[in-house]
Amino acid sequence: MVESPGSVFINAFLANNFVLAMFLGLCPFLGVSSKLETALPMGAATTFVMFVASTTAFGVNALLTAFGLEFLRLIAYIVIIASSVQLVEMVLKKHSPALFRALGIYLPLITTNCAVLGVALFQTAREYDFVQALMFAAGAGAGFTLALLLMASVRERLALSEVPAVVQGTALSLMLAGILSLSFMGFAGLGG
Amino acid sequence: MKTRPLAWEEFMEGVWRQNPVFVMALGMCPVLAVSVSAINALSMGLATTFVLVSSCALISLLRKWIPKEVRIATYIVIIATFVTVVDYLIQAISLTLYEALGAFIQLIVVNCIILGRAEAHASKNPPLAAIINALGMGVGFTLGLFALGSVREILGAGAWFGISLFGDGFQPWVVMLLPPGGFFVLGGWLLLFSFFARRRAGA
Repeated sequence: MVESPGSVFINAFLANNFVLAMFLGLCPFLGVSSKLETALPMGAATTFVMFVASTTAFGVNALLTAFGLEFLRLIAYIVIIASSVQLVEMVLKKHSPALFRALGIYLPLITTNCAVLGVALFQTAREYDFVQALMFAAGAGAGFTLALLLMASVRERLALSEVPAVVQGTALSLMLAGILSLSFMGFAGLGG
Repeated sequence: MKTRPLAWEEFMEGVWRQNPVFVMALGMCPVLAVSVSAINALSMGLATTFVLVSSCALISLLRKWIPKEVRIATYIVIIATFVTVVDYLIQAISLTLYEALGAFIQLIVVNCIILGRAEAHASKNPPLAAIINALGMGVGFTLGLFALGSVREILGAGAWFGISLFGDGFQPWVVMLLPPGGFFVLGGWLLLFSFFARRRAGA
C-alpha cells in the first residue's frame, strides 16, 4: 500500500506524534521545554535539520544501496546529521547572529537528538519515496515543535502553582508527558 | 594503582548512585519505547551495555591520539561502528527480537548516556577504569529498563517473560503497554525513589 504524502504528514505530526507516541527526542523535550520562548526556535531549528538530514539521507541511501554498502548506512547518516548541524550553525552565525545567540548551546545538541536520526532511519525502513520522505520530515518536525510548545506552556503555568515537594522535577514532567500522550491517542487512526 | 574497593565504588556509582535511568534521567527514548516487556527491555539493556563498554574502552585507548577539536565526531563514529555490530548480531541471533526492537537498536547511537560517558569519563581515564565505569553505567541502565519493562508487562499483559501470572480472570490494563503507560510507569518509579530519598533525608 502506498501512503499518500498527506497521510504521511498527519501520521508523523499527530497520530503517531514523534515525541509523545514514538518516544523520539525526549531529551530536549524534557530538558528544553521549561520556557515558551526557547521552545519555538528550538523546534524550528530541529525541523530544519530534519529536512536537510532527510533529503541528504535519501540520496546517500540510494548511493549506498547502489554500491551494496548498506552496513555503512548508520555511520553515514550520523555523519550527515553532524555536518548539517554544523552547516546550520555556520549559516545562522553569518546571517542571523541574534538568533544564533538565542539558541546557543541547543544547536550542537541537535546532533544527538534521536528524533533527527529517527527521521532518517524510519524513512529508510519504510521505504518512502522522495516526496513522502520530505512530508515525513515536515510532519516529524511539526510534531516535535507542537509537543515542545504544549509542554512548555503547561510547565510555565505549573511553575506558578504549588506542587507537593515529592513530585517536583522529572517525575512531574513525566506524568505531564503521560497525560499529553494520552490525549494524543485520541488522534489514533486519523492518518489512516 | 586502583585498589579493589575503589573499583567496586566506581562500578556501583553507575549502578546505584548515578543510575542513568532513575537518577540522571538520561537516554530516555529507548527506555520508554522498548520497555513493553521484560525480555525486550533486558535485551535492549544488554545491547546498550555492550556498545557502552566497547566504545568507552576504545575511546579510552585512543584518548591521547584524538584531536580535541574533532573529538565528538570521532566518538560518534566509533559508537556508530559498534552499534552496527550489535545491529547485525541481534539480527543473526533472533529475528523476532530484531523486529520487536526495530529502529531502536540503531538509535543507540544517539543515546546520551554513551556520548556522555565517553566525554566525561573515558576521554580522561585509563582503559581499565573506563571499562569498569562503563560497565556500572550499563548495568544500571539495564536494571532501570528491566524494572520498567517488568512493571509494564505485568500490569499491561498480566505476564512476565511471556509467562502468564494471573490466570484467565485477569483483565489486562492495556494502557500500560501503550505510550502513555511508559511515561506513567517511569514517573511512578521516580516518585517512589524521590519518596524514599526524602524520607531518608528527613530522618
